[in-house]
Amino acid sequence: MQRFPCPFCGPRAETEFHFAVEAGHPRPDGAPSDADWAAYLYDVDAPKGPAREMWLHVTCGTYFLMTRDTQTREILGAEDLG
Amino acid sequence: MKYSAVTLAREALRGHRHWPEAWAKARPKAAYDAVIVGGGGHGLATAYYLAKTHGLSRVAVLEKGWIGGGNTGRNTTVIRSNYFYPESVALYDLALRLYEGLSRELNYNVMLSQRGMLIAAHTPAQMEICNRIANAMQLNGVDGRLMDAEEAAARVPLANQAADARYRLMGGIWQGRAGVARHDAVAWGYARAASRMGVDIIEGCDVQDIVVEAGRVTGVETNLGPIRTNRLGLAAAGATPGLAAKVGVRLPIHTYALQAFVSEPVKPILDTVLLYLGTGTYLSQSDKGELVIGGGLDRVPTHGQKGNLPAQEQVLSGVLEMFPSFGQLKLLRQWGGVVDVVPDSSPILGPAGPEGVFLNCGWGTGGFKAIPAGGTLLAHMLATGDHHAISRPFDLDRFRTGRLIDEAAGSGIAH
Ligand SMILES: Cc1cc2nc3c(=O)[nH]c(=O)nc-3n(C[C@H](O)[C@H](O)[C@H](O)COP(=O)(O)OP(=O)(O)OC[C@H]3O[C@@H](n4cnc5c(N)ncnc54)[C@H](O)[C@@H]3O)c2cc1C
Ligand SMILES: [Zn+2]
Repeated sequence: MQRFPCPFCGPRAETEFHFAVEAGHPRPDGAPSDADWAAYLYDVDAPKGPAREMWLHVTCGTYFLMTRDTQTREILGAEDLG
Repeated sequence: MKYSAVTLAREALRGHRHWPEAWAKARPKAAYDAVIVGGGGHGLATAYYLAKTHGLSRVAVLEKGWIGGGNTGRNTTVIRSNYFYPESVALYDLALRLYEGLSRELNYNVMLSQRGMLIAAHTPAQMEICNRIANAMQLNGVDGRLMDAEEAAARVPLANQAADARYRLMGGIWQGRAGVARHDAVAWGYARAASRMGVDIIEGCDVQDIVVEAGRVTGVETNLGPIRTNRLGLAAAGATPGLAAKVGVRLPIHTYALQAFVSEPVKPILDTVLLYLGTGTYLSQSDKGELVIGGGLDRVPTHGQKGNLPAQEQVLSGVLEMFPSFGQLKLLRQWGGVVDVVPDSSPILGPAGPEGVFLNCGWGTGGFKAIPAGGTLLAHMLATGDHHAISRPFDLDRFRTGRLIDEAAGSGIAH
């Protein structure tokens, strides 16, 4: 069982967390085209290696940004969103 | 050499020392009419149908490891076509029909065993869902029906029906044509048949870049050097997003590990494929007597082919809930594969980005059963440059138009 770092609670069991979304895909401004809107909703990079992702610590309700190696599963950092 | 009773007897007498290699170990040529990245079932089947149906044999399959070393050799081998939407049934039942003739067609025993599959319900609400899916199957013209509690219990006599069981069988959906096949044999059989028609199957060939000139694909860069082609098929499962990124295409694909487990072999105790809706765990017994066990996705996105402990615990506790007596069995093996999961739980088939590039990916947890169809459709697109009627609904543009084929909602598949 891996432990993930909640910025509020500290290290907790991975089963307490939900993957939310890949970080770094801002919502398009104005009136986006169907293609831009679909890209925003669905397209991801799914990188092999370091990835920046939003996670939810379900038990305390905190969303935070975690940097993780998707190949080795090593946790490279966690940032409070403030 | 054609496999037959005569050749088998002759080679047995010669001590099995003179069988020729099943497929030629090819080296890359400078150029091909079509190149397929990924020597899994889908890539190999594509090459076979390109040669057989479309007469294109200047074709190469490039595989960075060994053929069938990806998900095709890592799955739990379940084959079925009990989906909800007509588009999905057209796809998966095409595959099942092709599977039914495959051993003869390829002259290679893929050990298809249509032992039937029971998706078992344990609550009135689940029974309602089963009713809806069985109904959809009948409307879609595939064999499927609702099964009652008595018949389900007779089908799976060892299932936990104790008074204190949490998940007692109430019945479920039955598809009699569903079953299992030998997964390696599917890869090897297609490879052998394609190789005999002149296709180059190149193992140890890692595609590192895709070359595009004036909006059209012109080749790939590999660890074995450049290869020219203006028709490129990507059938690399969880590695597809990384390859598509080389031509500036982002895909709606997350990658997750999916695990499988195999027990020590025992005498025949289960003669069907069984899935409990209540636990999410499914299993079948292999011809050697081992129990082959699977379940849902891991919850953490990853590219590592191993899986994690929480998912393992969940799947195995499901087995014990279904069959308390299996607590005595030892597990022999566990492994994981990296599967390519799409938001609507349906595959992606169609053109992507530069002209000449076509995708066959997004099969997620369920693409083994689809291999003959996935190969037929990607071959059609590579040969004609256009969609087949069955692949059209699975185009990437469904995310823009909103015509999703949401099988997670439709047939309740696990992701
Ligand atoms: C544990 C588990 C259980 C499953 N159970 C079932 C089941 O019961 N029934 C079912 O229908 N499906 C099941 N699946 C899903 C099924 O296995 C896959 O959908 C299917 O095998 C996909 O086939 P493929 O040919 O697309 O991919 P793969 O077999 O994964 O082939 C892709 C190939 O591409 C190669 N590759 C990747 N990148 C490159 C590159 N850059 N250059 C060259 N080659 C490259 C890889 O090495 C790999 O061999 C399961 C999967 C897993 C992991
Ligand atoms: Zn917390």
